[in-house]
Amino acid sequence: MATTTLRREIEVVSPTRQRVMGVIFLIIGAAIWLLFSRSVQTGQVTTFVLTPGGIDMSVPDWKLPSLATLNVLAAACAFLGAFQLARARGFGKRTNLVLGIVSGFFIFGFLTWAAAGQSLNLAGLLNSSLLKAVPLTLGAMSGILCERAGVVNIAIEGMMLAGAMVGALIGSLTGSLLAGLLTAVLTGALMGLVHAVLSIKYKTDQIISGTVINIFSIGITSYISAKFLQVYQDLNNPGIYANWDIPLISRIPILGPILFSNNLFVYAMLIFMIALHIALFYTRWGLRLRSVGEHPKAADTLGINVYRTRYMAVILGGMMAGFGGAYFTLGSVGRFDEVMTAGRGFISLAAMIFGNWTPFGSFGAGLLFGFADSLASKLAILGVKIPSQFLLMAPYVATMIVLAGVVGRSQAPAADGQPYEKE
Amino acid sequence: MTPILELRGITKQFPGVLANDHIDLTLEAGEIHALLGENGAGKTTLMNILYGLYLPDEGEIVVRGKRIVTRSPNDAIAAGIGMVHQHFMLIPVFTVTENVMLGQESMRAGVFLDREAAARRVREISDLYKLEVDPHAYVKDLPVGVQQRVEIIKLLYRQADILILDEPTAVLTPQEADEMFKILRSLVEQGKSIIFITHKLREVLEIADRITVIRRGKVIGTTTVAEADQNTLAEMMVGREVQLSLDKGPAKPGDTVLEVTNLMVLDERKQLAVDGVSFQVRAGEVLGVAGVQGNGQTELVEALTGMRKPLSGSIRLLGQEISQATPRKITEMGVAHVPEDRQQDGLVLSFPISDNLVLNTYYQEPYARGAVLQEKPILENAQRLIKEFDIRTPSALTNAGSLSGGNQQKVIVAREFSRPIKLLVASQPTRGLDVGSVEYIHRRILEKRDSGCAVVLVSSELDEIMELSDRIVVMYRGQIVGEVPAEKATKEGIGLLMAGMHANLA
Repeated sequence: MATTTLRREIEVVSPTRQRVMGVIFLIIGAAIWLLFSRSVQTGQVTTFVLTPGGIDMSVPDWKLPSLATLNVLAAACAFLGAFQLARARGFGKRTNLVLGIVSGFFIFGFLTWAAAGQSLNLAGLLNSSLLKAVPLTLGAMSGILCERAGVVNIAIEGMMLAGAMVGALIGSLTGSLLAGLLTAVLTGALMGLVHAVLSIKYKTDQIISGTVINIFSIGITSYISAKFLQVYQDLNNPGIYANWDIPLISRIPILGPILFSNNLFVYAMLIFMIALHIALFYTRWGLRLRSVGEHPKAADTLGINVYRTRYMAVILGGMMAGFGGAYFTLGSVGRFDEVMTAGRGFISLAAMIFGNWTPFGSFGAGLLFGFADSLASKLAILGVKIPSQFLLMAPYVATMIVLAGVVGRSQAPAADGQPYEKE
Repeated sequence: MTPILELRGITKQFPGVLANDHIDLTLEAGEIHALLGENGAGKTTLMNILYGLYLPDEGEIVVRGKRIVTRSPNDAIAAGIGMVHQHFMLIPVFTVTENVMLGQESMRAGVFLDREAAARRVREISDLYKLEVDPHAYVKDLPVGVQQRVEIIKLLYRQADILILDEPTAVLTPQEADEMFKILRSLVEQGKSIIFITHKLREVLEIADRITVIRRGKVIGTTTVAEADQNTLAEMMVGREVQLSLDKGPAKPGDTVLEVTNLMVLDERKQLAVDGVSFQVRAGEVLGVAGVQGNGQTELVEALTGMRKPLSGSIRLLGQEISQATPRKITEMGVAHVPEDRQQDGLVLSFPISDNLVLNTYYQEPYARGAVLQEKPILENAQRLIKEFDIRTPSALTNAGSLSGGNQQKVIVAREFSRPIKLLVASQPTRGLDVGSVEYIHRRILEKRDSGCAVVLVSSELDEIMELSDRIVVMYRGQIVGEVPAEKATKEGIGLLMAGMHANLA
C-alpha cells in the first residue's frame, strides 16, 4: 500500500472567494483614489524621515509627490483586482499573498495621504512598532511555552501586570534595575506555579484558573499602587534601562538605528525568540515538551513524566510573562500605573495563535499589532482628522481582523487545554 | 528452561470491579501466547499492569527468573518489555523518526537532537525485520497498517524482547493482518516472545502457540492450538455455549427504498471523503458497506441521515429527495440510525434511559402535549422497551452513562427499532460488544430485514458484513470499488478490494 492519505485533496479555493477577493482589491484601489488622492493637492510632497529621532546620523529624507504616488498605488490595486477577476482562477493559491500586498499598498497610501505636505518619521514608526512588539512577543512566547505542553494560559495579562508592579517596586526599593527585573521574573514564576498547580494537579478548568489569576492580579496591583506607590513616589521610581548601541551594526543606515539601538528588553526578546525556536524544535527538551502537548498518554508510555514537563513549561512561561511585564515599568515608562498592561496579555495570545504557536510567527504577529498601535499615536501627532478614539481602537481592530480572517489555518497542539489523567 | 516472563497471582481491584483476580500467566521464550477474552474481561488491565501503567494490588511479575516491580513504563522498558497499545500511541504531527526516538533520543553535542542517527537506526531495524517505512514521513500521512509498523519499530528500537500487542488487527484489512502475522512470525524467529491480546477466535488459531482464556478477571484455562477449536474457545470465553453462526433465510427483496446517485461529501477538513458514490437498497435486504475505517463510510452515513450536507449528488428515499433534508425530517420519514459512536451521537449519557428512549419522538403525542413533556407515557414506553429488548438496568430512570456498552447499544436499538421504519442505517453496530450482545443485535437486524425494512450496514468487521449482508459493496478512498453478492463473497476478494486493488471477482 502506498503511503498516502485516504482522502483526495480537492482545491478548496472556491470560485466565490476568488471573485470576492477580486472585488475587494478593486474596492481598496477605489478607496485609495476616492479617500486619499482626491483630497491631496497637486504639488504636495510627502516626506518620510528615515532616521528615528534622537539619532545623529544623516540619511536623506525620502520625498514623494503625494498625488502621483497615491494614483500609482490606486492603479496597482485596481490592476491586481481586474487580473484576479479576469483570469479563471485569479491568483489561485497566491491570493492571500496578493491580499497582503494590496493591504500594504493601502497602508502606505494612507501614510502618504496623512503626511501630505508634512513629514512623517517612517523609521521612528518602525522603531516604535518594534518596541510595542516586545511585550507582545514575550507574552506570546509565554503562551507558546505553556500551550506547546498542553496547558492553556490566558493568565499572561495578570502575570505581566504583576511582573510590572513588582519590578517597579523592588527596583525602586533596592535602587537596582537588575533586582527589579529578577523579582519580576520570579513573580511570574510564582504565578505560573499557581496556574500549574490549579490546572495540572487539581485539574481546574484552565480558562477559569487563568481568569482567576488575572482578576487577582488586577486587584492586588491596583491596591498596592493606590495604597503605596501613589502615596510614596520614591517607591515608584525605578528608572529605566538605557538604550545601548551595538557597535558597528547600529551604524547600518536605516536598519541599524531601528534594530540595534535599543535597550536590554529588545535584545533579550530577539535572543529568547531564537533560543526558544531552537529549543523547541531541535533539542530533546523541546521534543518531549511538544509530545506532552500533543499526546500526553503516548509520552507517558515512553517514560516521559507528563506532570513534571507541564509544571516546568508553565513555570517557565510565567517567567517569560514576568519578564515581559517588567518591560512596561523598567524598559518603557519608568513607573507603575494601575492596569498599565491594558490588555497586551490578551493581544499576546492572539499573536501566539496568529503566529501558529511558533516564536518567529509570534514575533511577526507582534510586529503587526505593534505597527497598528504606533500608527495610531503617530497619526494623532500629525493631526489627522480621525477621532482619537478610532485611532486607539486600531490595534484591537487589527487583532479581530487577524483572528477572524487568518487564524483558520493555524493548528493548535492537539492536547491543548486538556488535563492529563493518569489512570 | 525458565520462562521469560511469569505473572503470579496478579490482582487488581477498581472501584466496583475486580478487574484481575489472581491471574497467573507464563510466557515461554520464543512463543506467541494469545490472551483471549471478551471486552472487559481484564486483558488490557493485566497488560497495563505488566507495562507499569497500573500498580497491581497483589501478585508479582518475574522476568527471566528475576522478580521486578514495574512502577512506570520506564521500569518495563528497562526489563525489555514493550507494548503496542490498542489505540496507537503515536503523535500525528511528528515524523516516524521523532516518534520512535521520543524518550530515548539520539543526541549530538549533548543538547541537540540527532535526527539523522535515529533515522539510520530506524532504517536498520526496518531492514532487519522487514518493516518497511519511510523514517522521515509524518505519521498523520501514513495508513494505519504502516502506523502499526512504526509502533513495532518503537519497541525494537528500545530493544524489547517481550512484545505485548493489544488487539493489533482491529484496524487492519485481512491482507494487512496476514502481513502482520508474517511479521510476528519473523520476530519470534529472531528470538522475541510475544503476548497477543485479542477477542477474535480465528486469529488465535492462526497465529498463537498457546492460548490463555480469561473471563471476568479470572484465568479460565490455558490450552494449545492443537487442542482447541473455535467452539471450545468461544465457550471458555463466554461461559456458555454460543451459536457462532446465524440462521439466515434468503432475502426477499421488494421495491427500492434508498437510491443514492453520484454522492459527493466533504469531511471537516474540506477534503472529499465520499467521492461519487451510487447504490440502491431494496426493501427486505441488507446492503453491507465494507472497508477499512476512514475511507468515507462515516461521512456517507452522516449524509444519509442528514447530519452532514452533501456537496452534490442525490439521495432519494422512496422516491423523495432527502439530501438537503434535516435529520428530524429524515427520521420522520422512517429512517432509523444506529450511529458509529454510540456515546457521542447515540445517547445523552447524563439522561435517564426513559428520556433516551424518546430522543427522536419526545415532541410528539403521547410523549408531549404542546410544550410539556408527559412523564407517564415516557416511563411506560421505557418499561415496555426495557422488557422487550432485554435491557439490563436497575430501573428506567438510571442514567444511560452507567450502563455497560452492550446495554447502551440495546437502548439505541430499542429506540430506533420500535418505530415503524423503512430504512435502517447501522454503523459499526456491534463495536466493542461482548459475544452475547453481538449475537442479539445481529438477530434483531435480521428480524428487521425480514419484516421488509431496507438495511444499510456499515462495519469494518468483515466477519459481520459477510454474515449479515445480502449484497456487499466495498469503499476505498471514498469510492465504491466493487459490489459482490453475499453468496459469492470471499474474505480474500473483499480484502483485496478494501486495500484498493480492483480484483476480478466475477
